[in-house]
Amino acid sequence: MAVDLSPIDESLLATIANIHGMPKGAFNIRRDGQLVERHNSAYVEISTKTDNPGIDIKVKPGTKGESVFIPVIVTQSGLKDVVYNTFYIGDDCDIDIIAGCGIHNDSHAASEHDGIHSFHIGNNCRIKYIEKHYGEGEGTGERILNPTTNVFMGENSFCEMEMVQLKGVSSTVRDTNAKIGAGSKLVLTERLLTHDDQTAESNVVIELEGEDSSVQVVSRSVAQDNSVQIFNPLVIGKAACRGHVQCDAIIMGNARVKSIPGIEADSPDAILMHEAAIGKIAGEQITKLMTLGLTEEEAEQEILDDFLS
Amino acid sequence: MLELKNLVFEVPVKEGSKETKRIIDDLTLAIPDDTFTVITGPNGGGKSTLAKLIMGIESPTSGQILLDGEDITEYSITERAKAGIGYGFQQPARFKGMKVKKLLEIAAGEKLPMLSCNQYLSKVGLCSADWLTREVDKNLSGGEVKRIEIATMLARDPKLAIYDEPEAGIDLWSFDRLTETFRSIHDAGNGRSIIIISHQERIIRLADNIVLLENGKISTTGTPEEIMPKLGLVRKMATGCTLTEPTRLHITEIPTTC
Repeated sequence: MAVDLSPIDESLLATIANIHGMPKGAFNIRRDGQLVERHNSAYVEISTKTDNPGIDIKVKPGTKGESVFIPVIVTQSGLKDVVYNTFYIGDDCDIDIIAGCGIHNDSHAASEHDGIHSFHIGNNCRIKYIEKHYGEGEGTGERILNPTTNVFMGENSFCEMEMVQLKGVSSTVRDTNAKIGAGSKLVLTERLLTHDDQTAESNVVIELEGEDSSVQVVSRSVAQDNSVQIFNPLVIGKAACRGHVQCDAIIMGNARVKSIPGIEADSPDAILMHEAAIGKIAGEQITKLMTLGLTEEEAEQEILDDFLS
Repeated sequence: MLELKNLVFEVPVKEGSKETKRIIDDLTLAIPDDTFTVITGPNGGGKSTLAKLIMGIESPTSGQILLDGEDITEYSITERAKAGIGYGFQQPARFKGMKVKKLLEIAAGEKLPMLSCNQYLSKVGLCSADWLTREVDKNLSGGEVKRIEIATMLARDPKLAIYDEPEAGIDLWSFDRLTETFRSIHDAGNGRSIIIISHQERIIRLADNIVLLENGKISTTGTPEEIMPKLGLVRKMATGCTLTEPTRLHITEIPTTC
């Protein structure tokens, strides 16, 4: 397959989607607002949207064991790429979706990617979604990622979403919205590391609409240097449902973290909980790892790596 | 061999105060290779401080610490760990996101096969293979995290292992296993030395040498046969306090108008 991918492109794709060369199965690789390569499978059909930039991904009912890759890379400075990716997942599917965006910006102008992902998940599905965001480059140009994720879950489905922002993203505003049907469960894990003068804001609104629906929101973040993070997760229980929100942050240097987990019960049968913690790395943790032969710096890195793992 | 020479550790009486209090008072002690030493004594006698001084968690005010003839007084914790000293904490730290297997691997300094990890864990009474993927976080009970701490020491296998009250927080069933583990490390006779800080009679009985530490000084040393009678452990059960009558509460006597 003759696709023109530079070493920078390949390295970004490996970082965000762990793919080397062209992946197997259905995929759509987008670079600088343009389609690089697309592949459909017998069960997954990807088509270009006619109204907005972006793609529709249709997964046939009963699709099992397939992976769908839709990574985006931005290597052009000064580009603002807005893309709408909409998934229509039929009943009884069991699939993995790997998305993510990598920006390489060596210049002074900002590069921005705003991905609007929507997931219409049918009944009795098992979905795993992994999204990694990453920025790199020597330039002073900002690397901006503003993803919006909308999830609509049918009945008795399970969806695990792992959203990770590794490093190098100057500014991000993440909006995640979900409506969860009867008997369905969503596990939303967000992991974030900011450094230097970066800012990150994450707004999450989960509506538990069906009986016996549930959600677990887990946010783990590390704020270093002068970076600022704000978390606003909100879980609304509209039926006999269960919701748990957990925000944990490690703060370092002169960073600031604001965490406002919210729960709202619109039904007397909703059981909702939230917890939030912000703190430095404990001295006793460093000491313990030093007694196992790590240096202070290695111990700190180990603690951060595990916390964000 | 570990040698402590004229070790002194002083702390300010109050924060910012120039007046100091001596926690370890001109202490000299030698721990030969291949020995099992128990340091015991009353609370506040300086036992844990002494263990921390050996590991480098605290720095002495004066005096010298030598390991195999090398002066390690100025060594950092990391350097002492690399020189062969290990430390089992009384209240081990917890780590969010760190799996038990990872901690064992950091301790061992290498990737470990599942089987080895399970062997270390089963020696401390954690027999389910599920333990390897559990996180060493606040979801573990105090006893569980303590047992994992001891398993990390087994994985590290230091030349000189210091355990600060390993029995604290451990249930009786696991305690039996723990004493067996200490006995087998000792019986292996491969040059490893163990220092245990303990009040437990059964651990004290395992020792080659007992050091009784009071007010920062060694008040006596010797074998269990020599020292045990002086510790007064046998009298512990005979004495004790008598229960008083529980206070009777009369609801009618409690004013309800306030």
